[in-house]
Amino acid sequence: MTDIRISDLPVEAGFGDYVQLLKPRVMSLVVFTALVGLLVAPVPVHPFVAIVSILFIALGAGASGALNMWWDADIDGLMQRTRNRPVPSGRVQPGEALGVGMALSGISIVMLALTANFVAAGLLAFTIFFYAVVYSMWLKRLTPQNIVIGGAAGAFPPMIGWAVATGGVSVESALMFAIVFMWTPPHFWALALFMKTDYSDAQVPMLTVTHGRKSTRTHILVYTILLAPVGIAAAFTSIGGPFTLAAAILLNGWFLIGAWRIWQRDEVQAEADKYAVEKAVFRFSLYYLFLHFAAFLVEAALRPYGYGGW
Amino acid sequence: MSFQPEHEIHKRRFGRNLGIGLLLALFVGIVFGLTVVKVLAIGEKRGFDGVVRQEVTPQVKQP
Repeated sequence: MTDIRISDLPVEAGFGDYVQLLKPRVMSLVVFTALVGLLVAPVPVHPFVAIVSILFIALGAGASGALNMWWDADIDGLMQRTRNRPVPSGRVQPGEALGVGMALSGISIVMLALTANFVAAGLLAFTIFFYAVVYSMWLKRLTPQNIVIGGAAGAFPPMIGWAVATGGVSVESALMFAIVFMWTPPHFWALALFMKTDYSDAQVPMLTVTHGRKSTRTHILVYTILLAPVGIAAAFTSIGGPFTLAAAILLNGWFLIGAWRIWQRDEVQAEADKYAVEKAVFRFSLYYLFLHFAAFLVEAALRPYGYGGW
Repeated sequence: MSFQPEHEIHKRRFGRNLGIGLLLALFVGIVFGLTVVKVLAIGEKRGFDGVVRQEVTPQVKQP
């Protein structure tokens, strides 16, 4: 008879490993943008309904993260940035990640429909489908435009938040969607420039791998130029005002300067200072999104005092 | 080999079990809270079938 020792068994997952499946850092962005979408909408929502709606939007985003980790476990194991994720490290079995993803998808969609409305739940269902199927399964390994189209999945949360309050979509929610959508490519390509070997090791057709680094720098500049009018246009809608306009001009100007500096550099210069500019622009892009959405929130908060809005 | 009354799996999985237990409790709280909020949002209804009846509803005095 053979004894089975604990050390022979696969490493057992703790509760935190299942939380990691839900990509909590991405979730924090989802929570924030969805909350802004909900709070700036012209229809008030009961605070409890608002909190629960945001919770289920975040849970839905987490579910799509778990499905992504299930599907991408093979390439995650090849990249340094993702090697320690629960599935490639062996702590969580792929089937468990699939089960968690599917179960949480169902729970979050049904509960959002019951909490808020069917439009918000439909948008959440589409977001999960888009991220798990269109991005992870289809485009990520097929085209270097993966980030561009896949970015739509991350752009839906403010639209869902708006739909929770209003039960529909509008120019304002479409522009909030467009800000995140246009912001995603320069944000990720700046990361891809200094995470040099990862994507090529995993054979993911990142723009840096397929079209070269000079082309990626040009793409960053072009998308940042396209982002600016979207951000400024949002400031002229009912969710904007003088404060948002000033913030949009400053933030987009700053981002454009960063993208211009990235475009002007070549690899020799970047290697010399260890990608200092690329890293700085990547860091700034995180602040950009946070501050842009915070500006909408400030505008909405100023409105009752007669200061916000046009 | 016989199982101890306190099997090691109970200790090993304590964190997981506690986490799931707390999540389930939170879920119950959310459903209960939503029920309260949604029912209160409907407003005051008189009668067993939710139909407003003159005889049990205070008359609104016309100015």
